[in-house]
Amino acid sequence: MIVRSSVFLSICAAVAAGIFGAASLIGNDYVFFAGYVVLQFVVLAQAWNILGGYTGYVNFGSAAFFALGAYASVFLHKYYPLPLPLLIAIGGVVSGLAGLGMGYLTLRLRGAFFAIATLAFAVVLQTLVVNWNYVGGARGAYVIRPDSVWPVGSYVHYLFLLMLALAIIAVAMSRAIERSRLGYGFATIRDDELAAEASGVPTLRLKLIATTLSGALMGMAGAPFPYYIGYVQPAAAFGLDYAVNAIAMPMIGGTGTWYGPLIGAVLVASLQQWATVSISSELSLLVVGLLLVGFVIVAPGGIVGLARRYLWSAS
Amino acid sequence: MDISIDLLINALVAGLLLGGFYAAVTVGVSISFGILDIVNIAHPAFIILGSYLAYKLNYWPGLDPILTSILLLPLFYVIGWLVYQIYHAAFERYGQESLRGLAFFFGLLFITEVMLILTFGVDYRYVAASYIGPSLHLGIVDLPLRMLVPCLVSLALFVALQLFLSTTFTGRAIMAVAQDQLALRLVACSPIRIKRIAFAISIATTSIAGALLIIIQPVEPSIGREYIGRIFAICVLGGLGSLPGMLIGAMLLGIVESLTSTFYGPSWAPAVAFGFLLVTLAVRPAGLLGR
Repeated sequence: MIVRSSVFLSICAAVAAGIFGAASLIGNDYVFFAGYVVLQFVVLAQAWNILGGYTGYVNFGSAAFFALGAYASVFLHKYYPLPLPLLIAIGGVVSGLAGLGMGYLTLRLRGAFFAIATLAFAVVLQTLVVNWNYVGGARGAYVIRPDSVWPVGSYVHYLFLLMLALAIIAVAMSRAIERSRLGYGFATIRDDELAAEASGVPTLRLKLIATTLSGALMGMAGAPFPYYIGYVQPAAAFGLDYAVNAIAMPMIGGTGTWYGPLIGAVLVASLQQWATVSISSELSLLVVGLLLVGFVIVAPGGIVGLARRYLWSAS
Repeated sequence: MDISIDLLINALVAGLLLGGFYAAVTVGVSISFGILDIVNIAHPAFIILGSYLAYKLNYWPGLDPILTSILLLPLFYVIGWLVYQIYHAAFERYGQESLRGLAFFFGLLFITEVMLILTFGVDYRYVAASYIGPSLHLGIVDLPLRMLVPCLVSLALFVALQLFLSTTFTGRAIMAVAQDQLALRLVACSPIRIKRIAFAISIATTSIAGALLIIIQPVEPSIGREYIGRIFAICVLGGLGSLPGMLIGAMLLGIVESLTSTFYGPSWAPAVAFGFLLVTLAVRPAGLLGR
């Protein structure tokens, strides 16, 4: 099924309008609150997949890029309140640059070292933020959000709409990458980096593009976070649950495709939202951890892999 | 800044003691990551598990944490054995270590942490023992026993492992796994079996490391994450697969961290280890005594 990008985008826009309409019809603000989180994880999962799924480099530091976007917003908010779309763009630039820098430092290393270095990167950044008083240090920072925004109305609806747009951009971007020269380049790195380099694929440059894009998307997902939560502290913004979810969702859905992380993020994040409300937030995290380990052991291709295997045996 | 000599010497000694303790925390990863090429980032989670078991048995029936950790060695050995069994069957056999193997260990780390939070809550826990509290005084140098005892136990563990690896047949076979698996097969010795034993030993060390950790400082479930960076920093700094290099790396990191927290404040200490790691990876990935 080959659909052109313009057609794909219109389909996405229609789906988005449908989602927003349905959420408005329910008329309960909790739907927007929970939906925002689900969409945020769609963006994070797609971002992780660009580096982890396409090039095969595992990033454990997703939380750092997310938090960097969030703290860029806090920093600017203290200085001068800018409109949110601009903050999202700035968060993307900051985290993208961080991704580029981290790529330069670490991508010459074997895969495992890269993964450990990303963990290290997250802790260094967290320590810097904890010791930086201007953005609240270890105490955290309050961000007072306006009640309403013209022309959307309620600020929560506004945040939801922005995240919806971001999610669509992330999905469309992943899909476009997958079918481009860039995507094929990424795949050669994943399958055999040495052979790719020997046949003239500019592996270092491609990997830097991947870390930058992935970091930028994560930062963009993080930029509205202070306005959503109202109070940011390092332990929350750098929380391990972001790193785990960003890995678990693509792994559960199926890495290396644009729809795998989408399926994984929507399913797992919704499950988590439901479990947080009805059971407890710790238990919902435990479920994600167990699902991650279970899927990785039993179903390496994730849900997409399972579906493919089923279709194969059916035909 | 006015640096007094007393303060400097005490910070150096404290760093050496801390570094000795770091050797116990890292020695397991030196085996699993350095020799077996298994990137076990869940290692700190097992250490915290060891801490909590030591706490539990110290609370009732009041066992000494170090004694507990030695009694629990077989349990941790079995855990390691099982984890390797799953790891090998699901990933290593298919050459899928890099992506899925890492995610597997990351999941284990996370599950252990959440389970500990669900059972014990997020409060800090500590143990009671006769050597927690008093200090030896040698001139101007203070030697707190709560640091000295873990350092000595850790060095004993290090020496024991080094002797085991260099003198026994199994130990030498473990070293050989890293170099030439085919040669190992030719002397009728299954590399898989040897790796299983080695990985089980590496997890068994976390029992002791966990007990030492809770003697040195109060423990809460998420504290293990700080140790991931320390452990891998030391491992990489010392050179993979070299136990003596690991010891030097541990001492260096201990000293630098101790100096940092004495002169700049403890909240900067975590960044030191990771900064070390990032710089080492960028400048000399082979480490000090790399293979």
